[in-house]
Amino acid sequence: MEEFVQHFINGISLGSIYALIAIGYTMVYGILQLINFAHSDVYMIGAFTGYYFGNYISRLGWVTLPSWSAFFFTLACAMLVCGFLGFMIERFAYRPLRKAPKLNILITAIGISLFLEYTGQIVFGADPKVFPNLLNDVELFSSESGNVRISSFDIVILTVSVSLVVILNFIIFKTKLGKAMRATSFNDTWAALMGIPVDRIISYTFVIGSALAAAGGILVGIKYPKIEPLMGVMIGLKAFVAAVLGGIGNLTGAVIGALIMGLAEQFVVGYGSSTYRDALAFGILIVILLFKPAGLLGKFGVEKV
Amino acid sequence: MKQLIKANLIPVGIIILFGILTPVFESALDAYVQTIFIYCLINVVLSVSLNLVNGFTGQFSIGHAGFMAVGAYASAYVTMTYPSYLGGVMGAGGAEGILLQIQFFINVLLGGFVAAFAGWAVGLPSLKLKGDYLAIVTLGFGEIIRVILLNTEAVGGARGMYGIPKIANFFWVSSWAFICILVVWRLVRSTHGRGFLSVREDEIAAESVGINTTQFKTKAFVISSFFAGIAGGLFAHYLAYLNPSSFTFMKSFDVVVMVVLGGMGSITGSVISAVIITVLPEALRPLQELTQIDFRMVIYSLALVVLMLTRPQGLMGTKEISDYLKFFKKRGSSNV
Repeated sequence: MEEFVQHFINGISLGSIYALIAIGYTMVYGILQLINFAHSDVYMIGAFTGYYFGNYISRLGWVTLPSWSAFFFTLACAMLVCGFLGFMIERFAYRPLRKAPKLNILITAIGISLFLEYTGQIVFGADPKVFPNLLNDVELFSSESGNVRISSFDIVILTVSVSLVVILNFIIFKTKLGKAMRATSFNDTWAALMGIPVDRIISYTFVIGSALAAAGGILVGIKYPKIEPLMGVMIGLKAFVAAVLGGIGNLTGAVIGALIMGLAEQFVVGYGSSTYRDALAFGILIVILLFKPAGLLGKFGVEKV
Repeated sequence: MKQLIKANLIPVGIIILFGILTPVFESALDAYVQTIFIYCLINVVLSVSLNLVNGFTGQFSIGHAGFMAVGAYASAYVTMTYPSYLGGVMGAGGAEGILLQIQFFINVLLGGFVAAFAGWAVGLPSLKLKGDYLAIVTLGFGEIIRVILLNTEAVGGARGMYGIPKIANFFWVSSWAFICILVVWRLVRSTHGRGFLSVREDEIAAESVGINTTQFKTKAFVISSFFAGIAGGLFAHYLAYLNPSSFTFMKSFDVVVMVVLGGMGSITGSVISAVIITVLPEALRPLQELTQIDFRMVIYSLALVVLMLTRPQGLMGTKEISDYLKFFKKRGSSNV
């Protein structure tokens, strides 16, 4: 039972990181019907921005590590940098292809993804880096037998992701920008006819999604402090699977799917074999798609001629 | 019958020509160039076969490496476990070399059939899905195949499979590439081929004129998986070593890139881009030696993006080389 609780806690913690990345996938898909393969590498860039910025500000003596101010500074900086990166990717790689066949945009996304990965390997070096110790890991709770532990990292990860998701929800459902996003996602031609600047809305979507991915990168950095240029590949795929699982294009679905993925993965690793953890993600995906192709919360439109 | 022989006379002749050319190829070129050449041809098989699904049938598969892996492992496993079953049956009498070659042919064919079966098993449920969803499912199946291989001790697991006899040579690889091109070329120009194309052009319209779209998609998928398996078998028997990490989704992406780069629905384009994509990293090698930094993949990915931005239809679009040659046009080769 205690083991179960511990896996549950780890699963929620992992799932909330997946959620931050999955939201980026689901937003872009919802608005452009594009699987943005470069998203996982934006997340990687986020982690590396955190690495360099965290080390830099501590060397300058602006903040001392570990501290809360260092954490929030780094988080904000990484989100800004990645937001800008997301904007650039959309502006220069995807926007010219707005009218092109889907497969072309997908190939471009793969190209951008490869570009970021291999440029990362050259610029950052292919060897793993140790993420700066931005926060102290304090054990908040430990059961008598020591089998159940809640560390402050788990709480921080959960709090940061939940608050970001809440802010995002506010943006999407309560602001004018969010309304425009929803309209564009519903039908971009009509949205344009209603005077919504579709291109700008799509840019905003990329900025927000990429900023969230960066936050995910920082959170992964503090929890699992080994970062490398190819770190995004697998986690990106899993986050994407989470988005599909929840019903791609649906925000709540992405969060639920991510939590399911995180939990399922932790339980398989805990009770079964860790070598199957990557197959599990796709196993879940295939079962979902074969039996409920639109995902848990998605709507499947009837195709009309 | 006479017609059948007549139609296949030239292809058989070409394959015999490959056989004659093999000693020349092996003696005239150095080992490095030979290896690149062989990889080009294997990639041609992969890209042309994937073009049948992605280009001609308009479906969206990114799990080709999985089927390649199935074919590679199946054929290599048979070769390793039963090193000379034909020799045992017929009794070795000086013709052992030939028997081994025939056996290799059978094993590769077997790998192809196993991959085709895998393609059928994957395709039947998943081809009901459309567009991106299909892409994701094929990606998922490809990865699952890899993870299963990674965990199967009988084929070496994560250590990989060592000591596969290196039988694949220029003759086999070029012949299979030729057969693959021929089959796909003739298929898309046959009655069945029109079915594939109609599914690509408009699925609903195709259905309404009585084409069983799911069946056609599955057919395309099975044939494509078969050739992926063949390519895998050739790969296994050329490299003499197999590891699941050769068949990640990056490999599948590579093949998709070849298809899109060459032009969806152009066999000539697939062949050209398969060659380009295999040769390009090697051609850029001097640059790496000069700068001591591995720029090759960065250039490759940038070239990919730039090409997609400037020429979205790929190098050839849907045109074939015959469309450029008046001679063939006169004989009534139609535009697909």
